[in-house]
This record gives sequence, structure tokens and C-alpha cells, in this order.
Amino acid sequence: MADIDEQQLFDSILELIKTTSTVIPDDVQKVILEGLAREEKNTTAEYAMNIIKSNIEIAKKKIQPLCQDTGTIIFYVDVPKGFVQSDFKKVCEKAVVKATELGYLRQNSVDTLTGENKGMNIGPGHPSIHFHEHDKDHLDMRLMLKGGGCENVGAQYAMPYNALNAGRDLEGVRKVILDAVQKAQGKGCGPGVLGVCVGGDRGSGYTHSKEQLFRKLDDTNEISQLAELEQDIVQTANKLGIGPMGFGGRTTLLGCKIGTLNRLPASYYVSISYMCWAYRRQGVNLKTSGEINKWLY
Amino acid sequence: MKKLNYPFKKEDMLDLKVGDMVLITGKLFTGRDAVHKRIHDGQKPPVDLKDQIIYHCGPVVLEKDGKYEVKAAGPTTSIREEPYQWEVMRDYGIIGVIGKGGMGPKTLKGCKDYGCVYLHAIGGAAQVLAEKIKSVDNVYWEDLGSPEAIWELSVEEFPVVVTMDAHGNSLHEKVEQDSDEVLKGLL
Repeated sequence: MADIDEQQLFDSILELIKTTSTVIPDDVQKVILEGLAREEKNTTAEYAMNIIKSNIEIAKKKIQPLCQDTGTIIFYVDVPKGFVQSDFKKVCEKAVVKATELGYLRQNSVDTLTGENKGMNIGPGHPSIHFHEHDKDHLDMRLMLKGGGCENVGAQYAMPYNALNAGRDLEGVRKVILDAVQKAQGKGCGPGVLGVCVGGDRGSGYTHSKEQLFRKLDDTNEISQLAELEQDIVQTANKLGIGPMGFGGRTTLLGCKIGTLNRLPASYYVSISYMCWAYRRQGVNLKTSGEINKWLY
Repeated sequence: MKKLNYPFKKEDMLDLKVGDMVLITGKLFTGRDAVHKRIHDGQKPPVDLKDQIIYHCGPVVLEKDGKYEVKAAGPTTSIREEPYQWEVMRDYGIIGVIGKGGMGPKTLKGCKDYGCVYLHAIGGAAQVLAEKIKSVDNVYWEDLGSPEAIWELSVEEFPVVVTMDAHGNSLHEKVEQDSDEVLKGLL
């Protein structure tokens, strides 16, 4: 880790932010195009999906943000032993400021009490950086830009959830996830993807639900019960007729990813994070110098 | 495909029905959370909003050689303005609201009482929509921060779908009721 070049690391982080903000990952683009093909011709649903398709093409070509809400900036960084996190944080903040100046990020960080926006995307909690130590000698960095509209329709249920007669089992979990989809309607810029955590506490549950969104959409859950539930949620949600933007239609969800954490005997949370169709997540594997070695999505 | 051209007229708005796809050419004013809150708290808007369209949008704008350039400009979620929107119709005479996700019963009643429509832009489509913005003509209340300021924009063939009309119809209300029925059968 001593080999890492600060300028090189800065360039790599800036490149990661730029690509995350402007280019939709291949696995997401694939399900969006499938959604477009599924919609009935000459409907507002098809119209919405066609505009989404054009938007993806223009953003990539012009290297401009897919969505003007460039969201909460959430980094997940796998680091070698002995890595100095505070040094990384400083470089990361510089790259965020630069990306904001260049228009890859909106001036999106507001002091909650005063309403002041310093225009740099830096402040308490911004950007959000999660470090994890691994036994390799290089860095892996993942980034998610999660917009406010989809974050607002996230939900957390404490089970049993009596309004739906939903108990502490996967049948109950299914009920509350579908309830969250129904309540979200088109407000989270659907068709979207759900990241779900069953278990944990209120804080870890939401965090883990977002971590599920780092999974590739075409992967298969190793736990067969959860793999089945993930498929069932998507199929069932797509029968609800909410459709793209809530206009009515056949594509309400593009995916669902579910993980678990242990819980206390007293608690059983289902935490649901909704990701909009403008699913901005990318990752890079870095050489020990800090240069990008390969892209992860 | 229907068209709305500036200067906008109330009669044109009354002609629109839920489900109409519309291309707008003319002037839009952005206004989102902080603008609505400030107007609700008693400040007069810095521009005459009579017969104008307000756009729930916090764009990415860069300043270059004293000129503003819009880099991304899709709609933001409208429901947060539900407590305030009808007042802006009543007090300042707006006849169109562009946003995403739809709005609730207060706004629907406001649309009917004051002859206004809710026009749904495609959420997340910041590039398609930014390309329809031909110029940034002015900015007001910049002290609210760039995403929250009032940007005066000229647009050409800006694509929207009418999801709440001036006759009491809401696509959002209908889709929510229908999907709720379907869900009950699936749980």
C-alpha cells in the first residue's frame, strides 16, 4: 500500500465517479431493454421506457449525468491490512469536489438545520465511505449514487406486521415487500430494483439492504429459499400493473435482491431500499499503484 | 401527440385529458421544496407566475464565461409539494405543474378549482429533458442553492404526459386503486 500514488488514486476515484454518474451498467441496461420490449405498443408505458432508453444513450455519449439527482455518494472500499483510512478519505473528498465542479455531480449536500449548500458535496456524512479490510494488497472500490426520490420510498417493517397479517417467516416477508412496492407506486422512478435485508437492527438492516444492490442483477442467491423469493417478488410485482413511472404497465420491478443478518430474539426487521431505473453503481479493481486495473460491473 | 405553446392559456389546459402525451414549447420556471416552502411562509415569488408552468426540478447547472449551461434537468418527486401547490394555483395563477410521481387530493382539487393540469415528465431522464432546454434566461432566489433556485428556462418540444387534469381525473389515483385490488388477490 505504500506504493500508492496519491495523484493516481485521485484520478481513479474521479474516473469512477464520472462513469458511475454517466453510464448505466450492462446488467441494468439489459433488464431495461427487456422491460421496454415487454410493454404494450403505443402506450404511455412504452413511451416512458423509450425515453429512458434514449436517456441512457445520450448520457453515455455526452458524458453527462444520467439523472440530475446524483444522489448520496456511497463508497464501499476493500482495503489491504495497515491501510490508512484518513488519507484515503482526504483524496476521496478532493475527487468529489472536482467531480462536482465538472458537473458529474450536482451540488447536492445541504446543511440540515440552516439549509446552506456549500456546493461541494462535502459535510457530515457526505460522502459516505465504508471500509472493509481484505487479505489482498490492492484496493477494490465500489460506488453507488443513490437519488433522493428512490431513497424516500424505502421502508422498514418490524415483524409481525399486523396490518397485513404478516408474520415472522418468508411468507410474511413476501407480504411486506409487496406492500412496499404498492406504496411506492411510481414515486421512486420505476421500474426499480429492490435491495432487501431480513434481520439485523434498524441501522444495519438498511445498510445491508443497500449492499444487496451491489450484487449483479443476473446472479443467483446462494440460499435457495431466497432465490425463489427474489424471483417471486419480481413476477408478482409485475402483475400489479403499476408500470414505468406509475403510468400503468407490465414492468414495475426489474429485480429484487435479498440478504439476511442475524437478529435478536425480540426483533425481526425487513428493510427495503428501492433503487430507481437510473441504477448508478460501478466499481474498480486498482493496481497497487492506484491505477485502474479493471472495472467490476 | 398534443402541443402546448407559449404564451400558455387556461383554455388549452382545460382541453387536456389524463393520458394525453404533450410537447411543450416556451417558458418554464423551476421551483421545488424550498421555493414552495418560502412562498407558503408568505414571501411573494420574484416573478409573475400568472398563466405560467412551474417545473419541479433541481437541475445541474454550470456557469461558463458568465453564461449558464444546463447539464442535467429531470423532474423531482412532486408529492412533497402537496401541502403547498394548490395555494400557488390560487394565489399566483399557475396553470401547469410539471413533475414526477403524481400528487394527491389537495392538488387534484386545486387543478379543478383553478384550471391547472399536472404534467408528468419521465423521472431520471435528465439528458433527454436537458436537450429540450434551449436557453437559461434568468435565475432567482439563488440563495437557496443551485438545485433549489428558480431557473427561468426556454424549452422546445419538452415531452410530458398528462396524469392529472383540470376535470378531477388522476391517473395516479386510478393506478393505485387498481394495483391495490390486484395485490389483495395475490397476498
